[in-house]
Amino acid sequence: MEFRIKARLADEQGLIRTITRLAHEILEKCKGTENIGIIGIRTRGDYLAKRLVHKIEEIEQVTIPVGVLDVVMYRDDVRMTTKLPSVEVTNIPFNVDGKILILVDDVIYTGRTIRAALDALMDFGRPSMIQLAVLVDRGHRELPIKPDYVGKNIPTSIGEEVRVLMKEIDGKDEILLVEEQK
Amino acid sequence: MNLSIKHLLGLEGVPRDDISAILDTAFSFREVLERPIKRVPTLQGKTIVNLFFENSTRTRISFELAEKRLSADTVNFSSTGSSLAKGESLKDTVRNLFAMKMDAVVMRHGSPGSVKLLSQFVDAVVINAGDGTHEHPTQALLDMMSLQEKVGSLEGLNVAIIGDICHSRVARSNIFGLLTMGANVALCGPPTFMPVGIESLGVKVIYDLDEVLTFADAINVLRIQRERQGKGMIPSLREYRAVFGITRERLDKLHKTITIMHPGPINRGVEIDSEVADSEHSIILHQVLNGVAVRMAVLFLLLGGK
Repeated sequence: MEFRIKARLADEQGLIRTITRLAHEILEKCKGTENIGIIGIRTRGDYLAKRLVHKIEEIEQVTIPVGVLDVVMYRDDVRMTTKLPSVEVTNIPFNVDGKILILVDDVIYTGRTIRAALDALMDFGRPSMIQLAVLVDRGHRELPIKPDYVGKNIPTSIGEEVRVLMKEIDGKDEILLVEEQK
Repeated sequence: MNLSIKHLLGLEGVPRDDISAILDTAFSFREVLERPIKRVPTLQGKTIVNLFFENSTRTRISFELAEKRLSADTVNFSSTGSSLAKGESLKDTVRNLFAMKMDAVVMRHGSPGSVKLLSQFVDAVVINAGDGTHEHPTQALLDMMSLQEKVGSLEGLNVAIIGDICHSRVARSNIFGLLTMGANVALCGPPTFMPVGIESLGVKVIYDLDEVLTFADAINVLRIQRERQGKGMIPSLREYRAVFGITRERLDKLHKTITIMHPGPINRGVEIDSEVADSEHSIILHQVLNGVAVRMAVLFLLLGGK
């Protein structure tokens, strides 16, 4: 499938500023860092979570527990697809009981990934609260799920796609709006 | 990642990409086994039948756990107390079972090739849990997973398989899998236990235990099947231990460390001494844990998706 870039929604500086703002919003809403844990959803949510944690630690001079979650095992579309997604390692190296967990993903779309992630987190214990932070909300929800922290609200059409590129895996920081080439 | 194979009948001819995908996926699934709630909904709605026509503890429990951890529905069948005792053929038994809509079958059977036969007349995924002296692919996969975890990569690794090679499906599956993954394989054991012409698979045959230990980075010690005693294959268990037993003294002479594996059940003091089996270089208990993870990976990769 060929994709055409329709718009550049953020460059490196823009992405960094958005992450900085999200970090401040999390601190404001949680009134500090007490009892919080941050969990990124593979793949780009993981890198995003690590950057958020880094930023929060820089601001508050504390260390925050961070984990990574792979939701493939919980997805509702695995039995519908002919191409199986690969299952990567989940690693939550702290006890989630009683914690305020902040789930981090790059783009929220239908909400099904988040549904799967919530189910997965419940198997690790009983957090006191789960919040959701996303870099981009592109609309078109199919489930009643709403993020607590949103980097950018980008209204899109179904044929479009939001691509978040991150240095750790893509070599550069950028948010793109792309469209399938007919 | 989809596998190129539709069934897991053996490791002979299974491409390297498939084996790598199974091992990688198994490492991801193993984490599930350490959670407070050790169950994921991945195979919800799939029905798997475990057909065991031969005794098994480890493999059977391991498969059943793997299926339950993935939320599949399982049905167990053992040949005792079944209509096989009334003279029904394997084909009829299985066809009747499948008339009840099964998605997969895990089978252990005493006859080599029975699993392949089964795959030809049922419309379901077939997984070999050991067919006679032919293959036991999931055991070899868990051996490879455990080795890879311990040493990093199988490429160029020297692995020796020691013991009753000719009766061992574990040995055959390990040979195929390890060679595909780029390891060097040597076999060692009494000549009566060595299949004629086995070198043609691409393995070395070394009859001297000290020599094979000098070659090896890791050894897989096979069980001496006591039920085959008294058939003139080996003079006595004591003599076997003296010539082929893995003892602390033998390993101490080497001035290097060798990773120790055993597919179980162990005859302590025959093919391997307790001191060695329980030592820090033994990964025998990792093998058991990894067995569940590897079977989850195989089930997911063969049964997941459409």
